[in-house]
Amino acid sequence: MAGLELLSDQGYRLDGRKATELRKFQARMGVFAQADGSAYLEQGNTKALAVVYGPHEVRGARSRIRHDRAVINCQYSMATFSTAERKRRPHGDRKSTEMSLHLKQTFEAAVMTQLYPRSQIDIYVKILQSDGGNYSVCVNAATLAVIDAGIPMRDYVCACTVGFVDETPLADLCYAEEGGGVSSLALALLPRGGQIALLQMDARLHQDHLEALMEAAMTACKGVSKVLDQVVRQHLQEASVPSAE
Amino acid sequence: MKDTPLSNCERDFLLKAIEEKKRLDGRQTYDYRKMKITFGTDYGCCFVDLGKTRVMAQVSGELVAPKENRPNEGIMFFNIELSPMASPAFEQGRQSELSVKLNRQLERCLRNSKCIDTESLCVVSGEKVWQIRVDVHMLNHDGNLMDAASIAAITALCHFKRPDVSIQGDEVTVYSPEEREPIPLSIYHMPISVSFSFFQQGTYLLVDPCEREERVMDGLLMIAMNKHREICSIQSSGGIMLLKEQVMRCSKIASVKVSEITELISKALENDKRARKAGGRCGFAESMPQERITALKTDETSVEMTDASERANDIVENAEVPPQTVPSPVVPAPGVGQVGREGDVVEISDSEEEEVVILHPETQDKSSKNAASSSNQKGAET
Repeated sequence: MAGLELLSDQGYRLDGRKATELRKFQARMGVFAQADGSAYLEQGNTKALAVVYGPHEVRGARSRIRHDRAVINCQYSMATFSTAERKRRPHGDRKSTEMSLHLKQTFEAAVMTQLYPRSQIDIYVKILQSDGGNYSVCVNAATLAVIDAGIPMRDYVCACTVGFVDETPLADLCYAEEGGGVSSLALALLPRGGQIALLQMDARLHQDHLEALMEAAMTACKGVSKVLDQVVRQHLQEASVPSAE
Repeated sequence: MKDTPLSNCERDFLLKAIEEKKRLDGRQTYDYRKMKITFGTDYGCCFVDLGKTRVMAQVSGELVAPKENRPNEGIMFFNIELSPMASPAFEQGRQSELSVKLNRQLERCLRNSKCIDTESLCVVSGEKVWQIRVDVHMLNHDGNLMDAASIAAITALCHFKRPDVSIQGDEVTVYSPEEREPIPLSIYHMPISVSFSFFQQGTYLLVDPCEREERVMDGLLMIAMNKHREICSIQSSGGIMLLKEQVMRCSKIASVKVSEITELISKALENDKRARKAGGRCGFAESMPQERITALKTDETSVEMTDASERANDIVENAEVPPQTVPSPVVPAPGVGQVGREGDVVEISDSEEEEVVILHPETQDKSSKNAASSSNQKGAET
């Protein structure tokens, strides 16, 4: 977008952040009593709700049963009021199906599915307000929900979307920064081993800048993992304190 | 219809071979299969052969009203069809996971990278723009559909020529190809995707997997680049965990491969332009080999044979002695077969009453009598 300065000379972005700063993080676990695990996450203005059911018996197609591991079923959808223009088709279109596949791929790598053969774990994520970085917020919310459900994972799965503007990597893009042809890289990381569960990049980026961008993404993900860890510990502390008489 | 599952021994064989850096068709780890690009009779039709994988791309354009939020830009529409013609695993009509994945990857590779100047497709701002539609059809699936599709799509777009238009006041005239020469699209760069397959939790890496290799792989990394070494898209799929160094190494390999492939595409486009100018016939029918005995001959592939003879000798020497060989059977009379020495007779009788195999020599006379009777019967029938 012409005229919109994504990175000012003093190093400030559109919303006043510095290049490596993440957006304001607010999360709450255990929001629904019915589901096995649930979490609500806000990263800046992007709000996502994640719900986990499982592990339970495989429902529907018997052919999906795997004899040695659990099947993970993900569904991603956006609320019709989540974007500036009302979304006519919240799920079932190609972009949502692709996102669901990516989420499934990410969690199949992280969740220890070998412990639950012949069963199914459902992860449902809904975006309530979309302001950029949809995939990353979904992954972070789903991680909290899976932890809330008590399903063992290899490590926290942290995701972050970074962009490249004026030779500088910007961490945690918002909607205005994502549009306008900025090269954006979405990365889902298991921080302890530095293993990448999912890597996705759009728009043109010169090969020489790739390393710097990936480094910035991994640093941002490690920052996210610290915040997620804090949220989980706080939730456990609140839950373990016996209720007042 | 579901594809036949891969047997465990085939899977073990493939994985063991990959560990020893050997591939089924004798390629090296970073080699592409033989690629052939041909064009159809109309502008915008392109066939790509990658080994045995065959895809076809067709570009077409029509004038439509533009999108509301982008009134002075043309519309690009991509579609990949996986028809059951390509593989028994593909089902007609149903939008399977693979179909969604390929469609989205092609869209991201070509649309988000802005390889086509969409503003030049505008005719009347807010009213009429060109909608360019790229349809890719899979004709044969032998692995690595994504690469073949991306090459076919971008080559078809480079080959396509849209009709010329002129605007007089409010009137828009579209000239047919006979009236005025059609105009090619303005293409900034050619993004080409390169696929890397990972095996054994990311220990081994292969470029351009064939269909068998795709079945046993853990995951796939697709990097789309152009020849200016700009990465247009990266996508990892499958449940693998990557390390940063692996991704960097893959991007370096991809840049080399992409420059080779771009070279090939430019040459093919040049050849086609020259052939059309010379007035020669071109098209799908011409590119198919004629009715000759050598029509379906496959190309020679180089296989590593450096120590083949020594290893063959070793294997033969160390092999165990085969079990007792049985001499070939002898047929003394019709309906009587004899295997082995005199005394160990196995009677093979085709008489309808006698279904039992006789193993004792003393009843040899009886069986030969039976054989004689059966041959008499045969004689009576004829």
